[in-house]
Amino acid sequence: MKEFWRLYSKNIGGVLGLAFIVLVVVMAAIASLLYPTGPFTLTGSSYAQPFHDIFPLGTDSLGRDVAAGIVWGARVSLLVGFTTTLIAVFIGVVVGCLAGYFGGVIDSVLMRFTEIFQTIPSFIFGIVLVAIMSPSLYSIVIAIAVVTWPAVARLVRGEFLALRNREFVIAAVAMGMSNIRIILTQILPNALSPIIVISSLMVATAILFEAGLSFLGLGDPNVMSWGFMIGAGRNAIRTAWWNSTFPGVAILLTVLAINLIGEGLNDALNPKLRDK
Amino acid sequence: MKVRIVNPLGRYLCRRLIHGVFIICTIVVINFLLLQLAPGDVVDVLAGEAGVATPEYLANLRHKFGLDKPVLVQLGLYLKNIAMLDLGYSFRHNSPVLTLIVDRLAPTLILMVTAFVIALVIGTFLGVLAARWVNTWRDTVVTVFALVCYASPIFWIGLMLIIVFSIKLDWLPTSGIETVGAFNTGFDYVLDVAHHLVLPTITLALFYLAVYARMARASMLEVFQMDYVTTARMKGLREGRVVYKHVLPNALLPVLTMAGMQVSSMLGGSVIVEALFGWPGLGLLAFDSLFARDFNLLLGIFVLSSALVVVVNIIVDVLYSVLDRRIELR
Repeated sequence: MKEFWRLYSKNIGGVLGLAFIVLVVVMAAIASLLYPTGPFTLTGSSYAQPFHDIFPLGTDSLGRDVAAGIVWGARVSLLVGFTTTLIAVFIGVVVGCLAGYFGGVIDSVLMRFTEIFQTIPSFIFGIVLVAIMSPSLYSIVIAIAVVTWPAVARLVRGEFLALRNREFVIAAVAMGMSNIRIILTQILPNALSPIIVISSLMVATAILFEAGLSFLGLGDPNVMSWGFMIGAGRNAIRTAWWNSTFPGVAILLTVLAINLIGEGLNDALNPKLRDK
Repeated sequence: MKVRIVNPLGRYLCRRLIHGVFIICTIVVINFLLLQLAPGDVVDVLAGEAGVATPEYLANLRHKFGLDKPVLVQLGLYLKNIAMLDLGYSFRHNSPVLTLIVDRLAPTLILMVTAFVIALVIGTFLGVLAARWVNTWRDTVVTVFALVCYASPIFWIGLMLIIVFSIKLDWLPTSGIETVGAFNTGFDYVLDVAHHLVLPTITLALFYLAVYARMARASMLEVFQMDYVTTARMKGLREGRVVYKHVLPNALLPVLTMAGMQVSSMLGGSVIVEALFGWPGLGLLAFDSLFARDFNLLLGIFVLSSALVVVVNIIVDVLYSVLDRRIELR
């Protein structure tokens, strides 16, 4: 762990990204302390200019505080980002493990299945799923997980194919270990670093995906999210540029930070690739 | 009698086509299941449009459309219809779904192809620039630019471009495909459309530009280390010649592979861009159908865009093997 941290901290971008994400997490955690009345309260006159008075980021058409929206929106983005990634990585790892470990018919059936999901334009698929399940945080998380797991499955399968015939696995087979035990205790730990890296990147993808859905009006109507704020501010873009600009900056910085963390993790976990 | 196709390209195409048809069939089945899950059926929509309807009338209609048959029979009917390119009827638009889609195909293709070419050309150029002067300020500028483009939501980039170029500078139009009421013809019309195309194209292209720039940079750096490049340098060739004649052609292949895989993602991006700029293509149609709750139309777009991806993937694979003779079609 110490060694890992030493390697990770060599990457300045990764450290900065991590610091920023910690900040966002703290912001999301104390949202109810910072803005106890929630993001939907009408706090002042509409279209208050930013950088003035009590509203550092201005207000929107109904007089809602943009800053409050950003703080509360962080909750939604992080929640969607992390839960979606957990589900998608779980599905991807299960499918990838089975396909890569058992090979043969299981492999070709599972890979055909994966290929179909990769062929369907994922954003359109996501839209269709959310529209049919009707928009809510639930349906958004499920839809994003359903369209993003194939990338993980392919990666895990590749790792398993590469590790499947290594000596330590053959030794485990010879010792009479059960398949499940070999997969979980022998191969999976050795395939963990690329899975961690792709997971970090998937959090970023999921946040962008959610923002896109909310922008199109497919967000959960009961929560404030960054994508929704950009979409809502769009109609008043001539009078109040800040309504759309600041939530976008929030998305940009958060996603950028997560991508930097991903690169840092990649460098720390694959020392051989570091000089590339 | 067994038909033997000796030509490897023909055999490969055959295999790929069969495979493609299999994929499309599965997607159609998924599509059917999704339609089943969608709230309300055609008859509900019709009744809603008509305003009044008795239960007997509804039951009668359901019988007429075959909606009272078992699900499997309905699936069979649906597959048969799709095979005959009948994607159903949009009651909202009073027109067959296929007609609606075909009408909107051209604007989307124009947008996607332009964005793709721009992203590929400029992206590769930036990647080459960064790789040639690796670890200098040029490399840093390209890398940071790519990172930022890569992390921005495209609809937000679009809005920012609108604020700067349409509202503040008033250079470019904010929406539509042509000036309303101008009735341009001939060359003027083309110019007008091109003028409207600028912002949507840049918006859609920036993300992919970033992807290709990163890809081209990494791939160039890899090729730079190969022996034949050292040989070329040893011969005393100018650096520019080494970069563009010896390194670039080989470094381009991975970029092209990546580009081929991105068609499906670009279709998704065009939904957002078209919704943002009111560009009258497939994406805007999908967006409108969302709010009209016109599931027949939405799922028709879904199936056809998947089919488009399958076709483009096959074309890219064939092109790829033409470009790189080392790859055998199997």
